[in-house]
Amino acid sequence: MHSNSAAAVGTSNAFHVEKGNYYYGSVLAVRDVFLEIPEKKITAFIGPSGCGKSTVLRCFNRLNDLIPSARVEGKITYRGVDIYDKSVDATELRRRIGMVFQKPNPFPKSIYENVAYGARINGYKGDMDVLVERALRGSALWDEVKDKLKDSGLSISGGQQQRLCIARAIAIEPEVLLMDEPCSALDPISTLRVEELMQELKKHYTIIIVTHNMQQASRVSDMTAFYNAQATDKGGKMGYLVEYAPTQTIFNNPSQVATQDYVSGRFG
Amino acid sequence: MTDSYLPPEHSSANLWQPNRVASKRSQAIVKFIFGSFAVLSIFTTLGIVATLIVETIKFFSQVSLVQFLFDNQWTPLFSEPHYGIFVLISATFLTSLIALLVAVPLGLLAAVCLSEYAPRNVRAWLKPALEILAGVPTVVFGFFALLIVTPILKTFIPGLQTFNGLSAGLILGIALLPTIASLSEDAIFAVPQDLRQGSYALGATKRETVTDVVLPAALSGIVAAIILGVARAVGETMIVTLAAGQNPTLTLDPRVPIQTMTSFIVQVAGGDVPVGTLKYDTLFAVGMTLFVITLLLNILSFWFVRKFQEKYE
Repeated sequence: MHSNSAAAVGTSNAFHVEKGNYYYGSVLAVRDVFLEIPEKKITAFIGPSGCGKSTVLRCFNRLNDLIPSARVEGKITYRGVDIYDKSVDATELRRRIGMVFQKPNPFPKSIYENVAYGARINGYKGDMDVLVERALRGSALWDEVKDKLKDSGLSISGGQQQRLCIARAIAIEPEVLLMDEPCSALDPISTLRVEELMQELKKHYTIIIVTHNMQQASRVSDMTAFYNAQATDKGGKMGYLVEYAPTQTIFNNPSQVATQDYVSGRFG
Repeated sequence: MTDSYLPPEHSSANLWQPNRVASKRSQAIVKFIFGSFAVLSIFTTLGIVATLIVETIKFFSQVSLVQFLFDNQWTPLFSEPHYGIFVLISATFLTSLIALLVAVPLGLLAAVCLSEYAPRNVRAWLKPALEILAGVPTVVFGFFALLIVTPILKTFIPGLQTFNGLSAGLILGIALLPTIASLSEDAIFAVPQDLRQGSYALGATKRETVTDVVLPAALSGIVAAIILGVARAVGETMIVTLAAGQNPTLTLDPRVPIQTMTSFIVQVAGGDVPVGTLKYDTLFAVGMTLFVITLLLNILSFWFVRKFQEKYE
């Protein structure tokens, strides 16, 4: 059912999820997730709405801790360490695992301060100007904003804002980038730029991207996890992992009928 | 014929007979009714302002603006009258300042606590409870200040008199607290959740997220709340009349009796000053001063919100 073949793309694993069950209150939102996320590759989560892709993603940096009713069962390890262990500080974990959100969410600060914020709060002692420039170059935004670093982060276009958020995330030199539908609020040209950027970034970072866009998953990712949703007795939806394999396999030769139906556009 | 495009077999077309004439008429009537009420409130305001202006002009035809602004005594009811408005302004300034020193820190802390730290269900009943405080009649606050707070303060503040600016200011601050806390809380709570998550995702703690991201994002709303609080403090009447006294003195000493602009108006309007006399016109001059100060504060607040409000989608 799950061909956990990180070896198929030839690296070690960053994350390992074993029998992950995700709850909101008493409601089981996603069940039976087994995953091995390879280092320095792009792993895509695809599936219809309500299948729990984002829920699973938000557990990798424990952002779901912010929702009081959210709860996780099973074991999620990062480089061998159980991230839900009591000894793990969620703040420290998030400093190592960056995240880019669905809607660009720059802070109401200058472009410069947006990028420098993460470094400041994490006690960065180096040259801030150098760090900011490197991060903005890394997100392919430097040339567009270098003359207006003091302008508000909200004054630039949506596509630029999203790249600013990527710069902000990579400025703290994380090891992993979680991207929750990073292009869904962007136009096609901005989307293309972010996708090109991802190819650059994967040389240094492990990337996990949630996307509604199957073409995007097939274009950018090395591994793909397909989730599906089933209706529950109480009228809600429960997500589950259908298939996890190298992207080529998922799109050309999936082992599950549901995957075949979804990637060929028969539903979802 | 508007329905000629319907094929003949659509006989149900006869069943659709909206009364366009009647609905147009009712639209016009409703528009007229709402319009009248809107115009009524505008005319009321214009009438008040016009009265203020007319009487103020009469006042200044007998008292020079220089005397009004630079005299250091306020004795319009004496046989040898002086009209130094800054005597009253100093009292209003003193009580408002003390009130803000109480209400701004407490109000902001309460707002942050309610919005960011209190569990949702606690917030659900604590916030209405806070707003009830705004419903306490200010005359109650006034005699509370005079009969409870002043005697307590007297036990450890030497030279504190029965009527004083300190006690009035402190209680005025408590009266403003719900306004500032509640409006700031609205502004803080309205900061998009995305921003908080963005901050946490960078490894920020809750304290860092609140002080570095949420409060700056809510700044325009917070400042607007504070300015509205100032406007209320300046215009507040009963607390300062009861607790600060009726003794116009040019001072910033919080221990002695003073008279604010509003309590002067109470004193004169409650007395038997004949219409048309200079004493009567003094009322309007003070009222006009109060009106101008409050108006300036409102304009400042409006300008500030417009200039510093961040646009979120």
